[in-house]
Amino acid sequence: MPLLELRDLEARYGEIRALHGVSLSVDDGDFVAILGANGAGKTTTLRAISGTVKTTGDVILEGSKVFRRTPEAMARRGVAHVPEGRGTFATLSVLDNLRLGAWTQRGTSQRDLAHVFEFFPRLYERREQQAGTLSGGEQQMLALGRAMMAKPRLLLLDEPSLGLAPIVVREIFDALLRMNERGTTIVVVEQNATLALAAAKHAFVLETGRIVLSGPAADLRANESVRRSYLGY
Amino acid sequence: MTNFLQQIVSGLASGGIYGSLALAIVIIHRSTGVINFAQGEMATLSAFVCWTLVDHGWSFWAAFAATLVLSFAGGVTLQTVVIRPLQGGPLLGIVILTIGLLIAFNGLTTWIWGGAAKQFAGPFSTAPINVGGVAFSKQDIGVIAVSIVVVILVGLLFTRTKAGLGLRAAAVNPIEARLVGVRVPAMLAVGWGLAAALGAVAGVMAAPSLFLEPNMMQTVLLYAFAAAVLGGMDSPVGAVVGGLVLGVLLNLVGTYVHWIGGELRLATALAVILGVLLFRPSGLFGRPAVRRA
Repeated sequence: MPLLELRDLEARYGEIRALHGVSLSVDDGDFVAILGANGAGKTTTLRAISGTVKTTGDVILEGSKVFRRTPEAMARRGVAHVPEGRGTFATLSVLDNLRLGAWTQRGTSQRDLAHVFEFFPRLYERREQQAGTLSGGEQQMLALGRAMMAKPRLLLLDEPSLGLAPIVVREIFDALLRMNERGTTIVVVEQNATLALAAAKHAFVLETGRIVLSGPAADLRANESVRRSYLGY
Repeated sequence: MTNFLQQIVSGLASGGIYGSLALAIVIIHRSTGVINFAQGEMATLSAFVCWTLVDHGWSFWAAFAATLVLSFAGGVTLQTVVIRPLQGGPLLGIVILTIGLLIAFNGLTTWIWGGAAKQFAGPFSTAPINVGGVAFSKQDIGVIAVSIVVVILVGLLFTRTKAGLGLRAAAVNPIEARLVGVRVPAMLAVGWGLAAALGAVAGVMAAPSLFLEPNMMQTVLLYAFAAAVLGGMDSPVGAVVGGLVLGVLLNLVGTYVHWIGGELRLATALAVILGVLLFRPSGLFGRPAVRRA
């Protein structure tokens, strides 16, 4: 049984249709990349899963259809969504941001905090600082650390590498791989297809709101049209 | 010198009332960006409720506690039933709605209790006591103590509890807050409830010295606005400190600057608003949000 299944999702922003019937399934423990050009519907797909955009069609989590798809309800069901632009709580401290990550948990566990700081020692050094004063890379680490605090079944990430130095991107993706090894299922939307296909086990390619290709990441890396359109060689 | 000290003590006492109401205004403003013009009339209504309970033979503190609970529930209900449908629309709509509520609550209290002023004997004696030549009443000290206790409790609520963390998160970034599982609409309702309870504190503390009548808090509301602006519209500590500073300032100016006297007291408060907005828009304690690109 897949952890997550999308059936025939359709979404629109006013008159503009962003998703034209997206169906896909993600296995428990998988690491999935969603590729596609700007405006293909990658972000909308993530938003549909976390309930931040209204869609028609079904979202099925662990075999049961989700009826009340609000962000709060999805968070309670173990879905953590790190949106593009690493939305942190800018005027709150790093520690408060992490505590908020554990909102759906019973209390903030010191062990979970220690775990996040072990992944990202720099967050420990800056724990009392306002999140808005962190560098871009540190904010992405904080966003990821906050998601870890929720102990999600399913982690959704939108463009985690955007605007970051290569060495920081490396650090972020290392953390993602380690989380995935420890059992968190990950769905990542990424412009940087080379990076995404290297980390992911499976991938989907979206074009104008439809899935046009899917399969093991290795197969997509070898695919002629993926190479030409997204990998650039 | 004695007169000077005396003016400071009584200034702190009225400042405590301004500060409590300013705190209510700030709590709603920082979570939703709305200035609640009905805050003063809500406080008056709460004070009437407390008066009625005392009038029916309740002890003051029992009546006060019940009033706080009722005001909290009233604030939550008001937000849920009246404000929420407009949330997400233009801010101006909600602000105009609160002006409508000001008129409605004023009408409601007049309708229930009549326009005549009532004596409200507070818990603290108004008889003067003398300390080193300075005469002040227990009422003055009581009001100052209550407003300090209130700001400490509110501070602890915001910084030490999970609900406080949720309230702050909902205020800073509602979209993100929902993503981590915070029920933002519930938080906004709690914010209004909290503000209504704080307003009740201001109303009940003000009633013994002002006479209880439906328009009692109207000028206090303007002083509270001045206090909130002075402290920084988004700083709870600033609201109370702003209130205390304003109370003392107005008293001293009224006493020592003869051409101002009592008549221009309100105008002085408005001058404070103007001056702060011109020269230090974020107030004494407000800090402009820091953000690196």
